[in-house]
Amino acid sequence: MSDIIRVLVAKPGLDSHDRGAKVVARAYRDAGMEVVYTGLHQTPEQVVEAAVQEDVDVVAISILSGAHDVLVPRIVNLLRERGRGDVLVLVGGVVPEEDIPALEQAGVARVFGPGSRLEEIVEFTRRCVRGQG
Amino acid sequence: MDLIPRLLAGESPALARAITLVENQHPDARELVARLYPHTGQARVIGITGPPGVGKSTLTDQLAVRFRQEGMPVGVVAVDPTSPFTGGAILGDRLRMTRAAGDPGVFIRSLATRGQLGGLSRATGDVIKLMDAAGRRLILLETVGTGQAEIDVMNYAHTTVVVAAPGLGDEIQAIKAGIMEIGDVFVVNKADREGADRTVAELEMMLDMAPDRGGDAWKPRVLRTVARDGTGVDEVLREVKAHWGHLEQAGRLQVWRRRQAEFELAGMVRSLAAARLLEWAHQTGVWAEVRDRVVERSLDPCAGAELLLREYREAFGRRAAKSPGTAGRRGEV
Ligand code: B12
Ligand SMILES: Nc1nc2c(ncn2[C@@H]2O[C@H](COP(=O)(O)OP(=O)(O)OP(=O)(O)O)[C@@H](O)[C@H]2O)c(=O)[nH]1
Ligand SMILES: [Mg+2]
Repeated sequence: MSDIIRVLVAKPGLDSHDRGAKVVARAYRDAGMEVVYTGLHQTPEQVVEAAVQEDVDVVAISILSGAHDVLVPRIVNLLRERGRGDVLVLVGGVVPEEDIPALEQAGVARVFGPGSRLEEIVEFTRRCVRGQG
Repeated sequence: MDLIPRLLAGESPALARAITLVENQHPDARELVARLYPHTGQARVIGITGPPGVGKSTLTDQLAVRFRQEGMPVGVVAVDPTSPFTGGAILGDRLRMTRAAGDPGVFIRSLATRGQLGGLSRATGDVIKLMDAAGRRLILLETVGTGQAEIDVMNYAHTTVVVAAPGLGDEIQAIKAGIMEIGDVFVVNKADREGADRTVAELEMMLDMAPDRGGDAWKPRVLRTVARDGTGVDEVLREVKAHWGHLEQAGRLQVWRRRQAEFELAGMVRSLAAARLLEWAHQTGVWAEVRDRVVERSLDPCAGAELLLREYREAFGRRAAKSPGTAGRRGEV
């Protein structure tokens, strides 16, 4: 399949740390993907509506505020409600080690913390999307 | 194709998936568009074009909100450039459409140009049809930030809004050289910035110098806005509607529809005819023969192409007697 991978890079909640989101967005673009960036301060509803309309393969959530435990499961559930439970959900940013299992339980494919290598993020994303396809 | 009834019912996920099929030239896309085509032709399309960064997305956002207030289901098609080096793209228009993006009654789709020149994506025409069939009565089409030759938008939009901003310098020259003729409404956005008066004056002067198109022809005006806070946007809305009123008189809409159909038809003929001919020439080996004669200088490329066409016509004439022939088969691309 040569279809271009589409990614939504989302910053839900009140968090204004956007460097990581922008770095990851650029890495995806440089890897030949189409990236929709929604900007700061999105509600989970807005993130999911954008994911549906843009028909993305991946929702990449960047979150450094500590509110991941509430926002991320909400996004995953809304995606399922809208019939897009197939979307690959990734999380990056500052997430304490002990919170990761719960997020993975909720349906997040993987959590990438500070210092994650961009090549690895891109490679993992591509593998997951192509594997499903 | 169970997408079709869901799309016709206006369901966003179905519309979104259909757009993806069309963008990726999926084998089902051709039939999808063919079956939905009878349900299209209802929507009004407003094109928003102009140099990079002048505020096209912000203005689109403001217009979308106003059409929603009038109860219209709105579709937005926002095109951004694909990187020629990586094939990837950052689709940043949605970022500036935060007011409209909060409303599920506004369906926003970001498209990358994927190598297409002209300011739009190759799929644009079909994406508009899909939104139209899904009941989006008002479609806003934002082009990439244009250089100067990107005028394809006029072939899809009933009304084209050309956006400029103060302090553009060279880009105003680009507008003069390229997109001046396609504007039905001109907007100088960022009117809160210094130099807006001058930009308005420059555009008005250019419009005054344009050839007179007759007594009842549409006369584009230059408006000013501050899209960031909404100042002047109501006036743009009024002007766009005035242009519709004009288009609806004296059979102009029918003329527009014919021109639009011809544009799409001619485009399809060009690509289909060329594809068929090339495929046939390669399969039969005629391609290699003609190529070698061009290499040897016994035929120039133009004469070579004419020879190919002639041979194709002859071969096709012979085969048509035996089989239903290529032209008789429907639904095949
Ligand atoms: C720079 C910074 C700021 C800048 C932000 C500038 C900006 N526009 O982004 C400023 C100074 C504005 C700032 C402000 C604040 N900050 Co601050 N900030 C940082 C700092 C030092 C670095 C963050 C950064 O930019 N890193 C560089 C980027 C490239 O890395 P990254 O975001 O981690 O991204 C990488 C990975 O995480 C991953 N990734 C990230 N997102 C995604 C998404 C996906 C899908 C994937 C796959 C991967 C991925 O890939 C990237 C590459 O490896 C961190 C500490 C730290 N070391 O993380 C604190 C930190 C995030 N800030 C913190 C705090 C508390 C604040 C403030 C509340 C401070 C205050 N009291 O005012 C404010 C809040 C601002 C707000 N409204 O949100 C805390 C958060 C604590 C928490 N989560 O519980 C941190 C962790 C510091 C700390 N140890 O206390 N901050
Ligand atoms: N001062 C001022 N800034 C504005 C106004 N409208 C938009 N902007 C800002 O101008 C920048 C570009 O706005 P966009 O709407 O993204 O412009 P665009 O023409 O869509 O840009 P491209 O799609 O990249 O070509 C943003 O930072 C906006 O906030 C305005 O009326 N005044
Ligand atoms: Mg834009």
